[in-house]
Amino acid sequence: MNFSTIFAIVVLMIGLGYLLGRGRSVQLAGQIGGVRHLNSLPFYYGALIALWCAIPSLLIFMGWIVFDDIIIRSMVVAELPAQYQQMSAAEQSLLVNSLENIAAGVHFGEPEPALQEAANRLLSLQTASRWSLAGVVISTALAALVIGWTRMSPQYKARVHVETVFKGLLLTSSLIAIFTTVGIVLSVLFEALRFFRAVPFTEFVFGLEWSPQTAIRADQVGSSGAFGAVPLFVGTLVISAIAMLVAVPTGLMSAIYLSEYASRRVRAWVKPALEVLAGIPTVVYGFFAALTVAPFVRNLGEAMGLDVSSESALAAGVVMGVMIIPFVSSLSDDVISAVPQSMRDGSLALGATRSETVKQVIVPAALPGIVGGVLLAVSRAIGETMIVVMAAGLAANLTANPLETVTTVTVQIVTLLVGDQEFNSPKTLAAFALGLMLFVITLCLNFLALHVVKKYREQYE
Amino acid sequence: MSMNEQYASAVGGANELKEGRSMEAYTDLAGTDHAEVSKDRTREKTVGKPLLESAKMSTRNVKVFYDDKQVLFDVNLDIGANEVIAMIGPSGCGKSTFLRCLNRMNDTIDSCRVEGDLTLDGQNIYDPKLDVVPLRARVGMVFQKPNPFPKSIYDNVAYGPRIHGLVDHRAELDEVVETSLKRAGLWEEVKDRLHQPGTGLSGGQQQRLCIARTIAVSPEVILMDEPCSALDPIATARIEELIAELSENFTIAIVTHSMQQAARVSSRTAYFHLGKLIEVNDTEVVFTNPQHKLTEAYITGRFG
Repeated sequence: MNFSTIFAIVVLMIGLGYLLGRGRSVQLAGQIGGVRHLNSLPFYYGALIALWCAIPSLLIFMGWIVFDDIIIRSMVVAELPAQYQQMSAAEQSLLVNSLENIAAGVHFGEPEPALQEAANRLLSLQTASRWSLAGVVISTALAALVIGWTRMSPQYKARVHVETVFKGLLLTSSLIAIFTTVGIVLSVLFEALRFFRAVPFTEFVFGLEWSPQTAIRADQVGSSGAFGAVPLFVGTLVISAIAMLVAVPTGLMSAIYLSEYASRRVRAWVKPALEVLAGIPTVVYGFFAALTVAPFVRNLGEAMGLDVSSESALAAGVVMGVMIIPFVSSLSDDVISAVPQSMRDGSLALGATRSETVKQVIVPAALPGIVGGVLLAVSRAIGETMIVVMAAGLAANLTANPLETVTTVTVQIVTLLVGDQEFNSPKTLAAFALGLMLFVITLCLNFLALHVVKKYREQYE
Repeated sequence: MSMNEQYASAVGGANELKEGRSMEAYTDLAGTDHAEVSKDRTREKTVGKPLLESAKMSTRNVKVFYDDKQVLFDVNLDIGANEVIAMIGPSGCGKSTFLRCLNRMNDTIDSCRVEGDLTLDGQNIYDPKLDVVPLRARVGMVFQKPNPFPKSIYDNVAYGPRIHGLVDHRAELDEVVETSLKRAGLWEEVKDRLHQPGTGLSGGQQQRLCIARTIAVSPEVILMDEPCSALDPIATARIEELIAELSENFTIAIVTHSMQQAARVSSRTAYFHLGKLIEVNDTEVVFTNPQHKLTEAYITGRFG
């Protein structure tokens, strides 16, 4: 009997529980003069019994699956001859894997008798575990069915109990998102702490040189490794600044056009067209930046007698800006449309033109919301990876010149982690430290942006 | 109860009171039942004295449409210089729409179309060549809900003079702001906090700020669209006093739902009903001796 069979049986029993509960409630109702005399609708009685079947048996089922392997492994290892007991944890885990292979009949030549015996033991333990799981789970579900059946009465408040369970379900779902975030932060944090054991925090934050090559062998030439993150953050900043220079004026002005000037028909066409930009995969923007915009910028620069590298911050920044335009414009459009019509009327009635109204009344009134939107866009730009990987280059130059190659935090994280890596060298761990810094920065920006947007909402609602 | 039913019951009541007149005369006036009657209705002449010998603003055959729906039917009305004219009538009768025609605020509504002749000092205000900006500076407007800009009190009042370039230097602007606030009766309350946001004032103060903002550009006509409907009785009384003071210098057209207010502040009253201008006369006449049955029914509170 394998896990999926057990699971199928449990599901069947849950369905049975629903039907039984429902049927029983209808039967009870029949004795007292109809469904209207029940405390709750028959559906709730059925659902309650189904839930009683489902919750404990599924919890046991999941717990069993999680712990079953660990317990069986340790039991098998404990029975092995002494020579195997002294192995390291990693070797033991390999050994258990090979035991599983032997048990499944996959092996070369005749395995050692001790191992063969252990493999048999593993197999019998697993079989026993499944049968007992089936027994426990099915009897739990049965017990729940019986208890539910006996406790059911027309006065029983099934609806209230189902509501409680439903509330619990909603709470669990929201907690999943929160715990995932916490989990991500912790995993990055611990790896980053390992990195800071090898490289001092101050050196990482204030160091001006980034060259994450460490010697793997003692006699290797060069590459002592320098982990100053400043060039990366400067590069990120330069590219984001260029992106915002492109995205904010364009996005804001298109939002103003759409919400203040465009007729309904134009708006119905232009707004979805603008939002198509948001649907383009970033990888495609990456091609566009690397193959079209970067050579264009380079040729243009050369025509003007400037020295432009072929992977310039300018090209990556401009394309990233284009990517962010719909983001800025749709957020600004929302806040501008939220400015009450009475503001526009008041200004127009004083003899102001439309553009005077926009400049002096609408934009100032919508400013907090616009700032919030722009901050969200900045955190988007900082975290953007694909475009910069393809178009910004790898050289960690500490420069503010947009015509030179720069690299960003995200690009470095990608290059540090691509390919075969050992997870105990500072080179690899540096990626986590960079990730942590990036996370903290975007978190602060988002927090600030949401705060600003919230403040704005309070003003008008 | 729909407008028609309301009207029918009101008319019914009037009929019982004044017997001897045929019921048909009233249904003709209501005229919403069939097309022929409504045709008659559009030809119906306004009773009373809608026209003046010398008018500040005059309107002839004004029709307004929202898309294909006609909401104003051939309105002929003169507004004399320095008079206060009140426009009353049940909701949806077109009085606010008419008011908004007078400074072309209806231009901001895409679906709205205005026909007819509207003149200010003899000049056609719907002339395609006319620039709407100076028109709105000459015909200012105060709205139903106080709508100060999210700026300081000072900047709210200074907004108009600034965009129209009415002042050359700061001292002059200060003076305009002070005079406007004084004329709006707000100066004493705000002189120590001119640079605080205008949105922080109370509702009545905000409305007086909006009036100050409007008079800061020295308009000739001020349109008021139910300026007190969002205010409490004390603030309302304050604004009504102000209207009386302002009428010395400005021509004021006020839309109101309160008949008492119309009686208190205006010298002439125009009664609108379902898009038609029914009766215009001196306020006293309208409220003591209305000549039209609908006017009488409305002011005696039978409907509306």
